[in-house]
Amino acid sequence: MVSTGGNGDTAAGETGGAVAVDIKALHKWYGEFYVLRDVDLTVRRGERIVICGPSGSGKSTLLRCINGLEAYQRGEVVVDGIALGNDPKKIAMVRRDVGMVFQQFNLFPHLTVLENCTLAPIHVRKMPQAKAEEIARRYLKRVRIPEQADKYPGQLSGGQQQRVAIARALCMSPKIMMFDEPTSALDPEMVKEVLDTMVELAMDGMTMIVVSHEMGFARQVASRMVFMDAGQVVEINTPEAFFTHPQHERTKLFLSQILK
Amino acid sequence: MTTLDASSVTTTGGAAFVRRAPAPELAPPFASTGWLGWLRANLFATPFNAVLTVLTILLLAWIVPPTIRFLLIDAVWTGGDRQACLATAARPDVGACWAFVRAHLAYFTYGSYPISGRWRVDVFFALLAFGMAWLLWIDAPRRGLGALYFFGLFPILSFFLLYGLPPLGLPVVDTSLWGGMLVTVVVASVGIVVSLPLGILLALGRRSHMPAVQGLSVIFIEFVRGVPLITVLFMASVMLPLFVPPAWAPDKLIRALVGVALFASAYMAEVVRAGLQAVPRGQWEAAAALNLGYWQTLRLVVLPQALRVTIPNIVNTYVALFKDTTLVFFVGIFDFLRTIETARANPTWATPVTSASGYAFAALVYFLCCYSMSRYATGIERRLAVGDRR
Repeated sequence: MVSTGGNGDTAAGETGGAVAVDIKALHKWYGEFYVLRDVDLTVRRGERIVICGPSGSGKSTLLRCINGLEAYQRGEVVVDGIALGNDPKKIAMVRRDVGMVFQQFNLFPHLTVLENCTLAPIHVRKMPQAKAEEIARRYLKRVRIPEQADKYPGQLSGGQQQRVAIARALCMSPKIMMFDEPTSALDPEMVKEVLDTMVELAMDGMTMIVVSHEMGFARQVASRMVFMDAGQVVEINTPEAFFTHPQHERTKLFLSQILK
Repeated sequence: MTTLDASSVTTTGGAAFVRRAPAPELAPPFASTGWLGWLRANLFATPFNAVLTVLTILLLAWIVPPTIRFLLIDAVWTGGDRQACLATAARPDVGACWAFVRAHLAYFTYGSYPISGRWRVDVFFALLAFGMAWLLWIDAPRRGLGALYFFGLFPILSFFLLYGLPPLGLPVVDTSLWGGMLVTVVVASVGIVVSLPLGILLALGRRSHMPAVQGLSVIFIEFVRGVPLITVLFMASVMLPLFVPPAWAPDKLIRALVGVALFASAYMAEVVRAGLQAVPRGQWEAAAALNLGYWQTLRLVVLPQALRVTIPNIVNTYVALFKDTTLVFFVGIFDFLRTIETARANPTWATPVTSASGYAFAALVYFLCCYSMSRYATGIERRLAVGDRR
């Protein structure tokens, strides 16, 4: 599965490596309303994809189709060679490889930070408690909040909670990490601590798909930028080209609005 | 609010305003501390408030002293029959006849359970108390084992202990002889223990996306809630024998038990559903993203939160259920209240105060049971509030 070094890439900006996520002609609709229209996207191992676009453009829905939180009507999503479909077994297999961080953190408020991190390893991976705790403490250290392990999420700041959420996802040792607007619910002074954690993760070579409007972060870590509007992928480009020479009119308009 | 004199304010260095000196201290507000302050703040804050305070004090003065006089000061504590509790020239005011209650205490506890077998009921009460203490004491060791004992071993033991197991030398005691507190405790604990899990299942069923499961749950909940408990009990005890051959018809007490348990489950289902709805969808999604299955998510993530927010409602249902057990009275089962009702008609003890004493005792016992449930729940709530949501 794992192959590094060029294996004949053709698409502009795609780096080498095995395909991690392959989305082909994906459609999703509610009644007559299309949420996703003919979306194609290939993410290779080790790539960092940043998806942006106006609200309601289908970014989050696309993300949620990748780990089966949303069902889709037509098309194909293949994660690590597993075609997702609507089969619960396949979805469970995919979720084993994909970690997710939510806009609203979605930590479990009745469990301590440490228990939040060990819950899934113990009950899904059947890991012994001592080992799960050891791993959890390691990741909490990595997101720089080892001293908060025994507190409850409600006692932490938003930025700390989001870092716990990142640690919780990492404890399942995912191959791909997805972030759904991870800093949108944070107070401005807390955005940086979360982004720093994500940059470190990117530096470690994690495959990341990030829905975000943090353009500084995108410039710094993105391998490719994806711009979506009205359920469609409008433009895929390297960050350099994306920010300096956006190709599509809608991209230009969007960038002019958020980079004001 | 604060006035600044010019000397404490200087405009320098481009800043519009920089405070140079602290504002002078204000005198403490008048009488906001001490007992006088407390009185003002809590009892006489406004004229309306003061009127309410005075009225409340008058009301208490009117009710409390006679109650205490009846229950304690004028009460008769000892005696062998009605003579003890009759008014005489030497003692014109007679209070509660506790001697009557003392004389019937065994009857109130065991009903007509044979005297030779009452130790079995005592053992049952002891086993129950042991199991309850194990489960209700949150920091108790091995609570998993406690749950296994309470929900697995204890019901089986109790059944053979109370009903009988002839090969082991425990003669059969027909349930028609059971009575008093024994029956109340059996009906209430079966109702309490069965209604929560069944209620949870019904609530989940009602929220299910499977039409058959959802439909059945809705029909059950709405039907049972739409019918008075007394009707359910009458149907169980009067109508069931019309449809089922007598040999098949289950025991009268069991019919009442099933009726009470199902009735309480329907109410519990709605209580639990309210709790489930209070858990944000994000919790399900986070658990799904971590690959927890449906039942795991329910057990580890959703139910702990759902039940916690709804503890006051669960206890409310339990308290109502505990008192509703008195309705089995109407289908000929001798629960605690029915034994008091029977005893107060006893001519040996017929006095003007017998009925009042019996009912006062009943009220006291029911109040103690329900109030301790409520206190326990408050304690649990406070304890679980540690990691309150953001």
